[in-house]
Amino acid sequence: MNPELAAVAYLVAASLFIVGLKQLGSARTARRGNQLSALGMLIAIVVTLADRNVVSYGVILAGLVVGGSLGAVLARRIEMTSMPQLVAAFNGFGGGASALVAAAEFLNVVDLPLETDVSISLSTAIGAVTLTGSFVAFGKLQGIIAGRPVTYPGQRVIDIAIALGVVATGVWTVSAGSPLAFWTLAATASILGVTRTLPIGGADMPVVVAFLNSMSGVAASAAGFVIGSNALIISGALVGASGLILTSTMSKGMNRSLANVLFSAFGAQPTGGSAAGPSEDKPVRSVTVDDVAVTLAYADSVIVVPGYGLAVAQAQHAMRDLADQLEARGVQVRYAIHPVAGRMPGHMNVLLAEADVPYEMLLDLDEINDDFDQTDVALVVGANDVVNPTARDDEGSPIYGMPILNVDRAKNAVVIKRSLSPGFAGIDNPLFYEDDTLMLFADAKDALEDLSKAVREA
Amino acid sequence: MTLIIGITVFVLAAFIGFEVITKVPPQLHTPLMSGSNAISGITIIGAIVVSGRGGGILAAVLGFLAVAFATINVVGGFLVTDRMLEMFKGRGGRGGQT
Repeated sequence: MNPELAAVAYLVAASLFIVGLKQLGSARTARRGNQLSALGMLIAIVVTLADRNVVSYGVILAGLVVGGSLGAVLARRIEMTSMPQLVAAFNGFGGGASALVAAAEFLNVVDLPLETDVSISLSTAIGAVTLTGSFVAFGKLQGIIAGRPVTYPGQRVIDIAIALGVVATGVWTVSAGSPLAFWTLAATASILGVTRTLPIGGADMPVVVAFLNSMSGVAASAAGFVIGSNALIISGALVGASGLILTSTMSKGMNRSLANVLFSAFGAQPTGGSAAGPSEDKPVRSVTVDDVAVTLAYADSVIVVPGYGLAVAQAQHAMRDLADQLEARGVQVRYAIHPVAGRMPGHMNVLLAEADVPYEMLLDLDEINDDFDQTDVALVVGANDVVNPTARDDEGSPIYGMPILNVDRAKNAVVIKRSLSPGFAGIDNPLFYEDDTLMLFADAKDALEDLSKAVREA
Repeated sequence: MTLIIGITVFVLAAFIGFEVITKVPPQLHTPLMSGSNAISGITIIGAIVVSGRGGGILAAVLGFLAVAFATINVVGGFLVTDRMLEMFKGRGGRGGQT
């Protein structure tokens, strides 16, 4: 194909990515946006296949068939609760592909200009870190690797040494241009991906996945510099930016900086402190399903606060049934979604969408937080730290400053929970001991199903 | 292509990315993540270029892996995003495109 024509086609593809991402900004247009992006990708792939430098198709075809079927099967089979680990795995493959592109270029083309050698080193280093880091993240989210942070003495020093090793082997690769230097670089970067991800706790993995998402974009951009392709540079930069924004959203939702997430091994030791201890002797109002059913059925307004516990119990459908029952009685039902509800940003919205909850009923923290004052019942299912008032009121609390949903300001709070055990942050939740908080100790799914039945009969 | 033009393109595209994506509401962040993830599979173009020009066994192996990895990323990413967005329904029912 004529190179100018190809360049125009790549420009069209890149523009489709931008328009597609823009349309992802509204639930109404999001699906079409994703389809536009996919169309852009198809155009880019077809144009590249027609490139005059592409002369041998056997390897390409084999790769397309194998990769395409694997990707399609994964995308169809995956449970929505497992979305974070799927995205982690896809990130890893993307980063790995960028590193492999750099490898193929480096090992097959002689006399590369200096700047290409630099791009190759960058693409390899970033791609390899993304590959191994993503698969460690996948392992932790999937429960194959222990989720708790892995720490050992001298960790900081060893990590810095490995990072310096990546830089050194990068310089060596550029200056010597030898395959040995290149493979040493690839190996060192792969090790860095593992050692940097292992010390991060399972609950922080979503932040890491968002960050690796950004890295996979930057790796694609670097690969674009290697082969001189604007399409790669643009698309990679878009993804790099998107990943960074999601990383910062997620960190803010947990009231932590990215540096803190990456380097503090949060959750390695129990947070302890004065807040954790004295809970057992405080009284709680433990109630029955029928008590809660009456409270809900005769309320004017209910705000549901779903947490990951809801998804773990596969209780989204039961939740929706209960909401339907309440709405049929004229109760106003809305859902309050905390930025870190679920296991990745926006995860809870997907899980509830799977249960056919209309997206208009799901409101963000900023949209709904002032409404709790005028709400009769806040129904908390499987959430804990995100409704802990100490984050708002107690400067001594380890989670002080984290944005929370103001459940304690509703007239009544109902908390469905298996026990009084603390959440991820390991601290006690004073909400549970308030006079107008009703505790229903049960499995989320069983409790919601029983509640539906009880409300119907109320 | 000169290095400086490449860097210019990169920086401008990053600004566009920040502008466009800052406006995506939190409720769509999971599909955004998997959708943008699929776009990072654009490296498939590089994979096709390096494996399409022939070469020895090593080149073939690296090329095959590069194409396969990138294709998993592209096909899986777009499909799973579509699967999620298909479920996003308004009160009126029907699919995400209504």
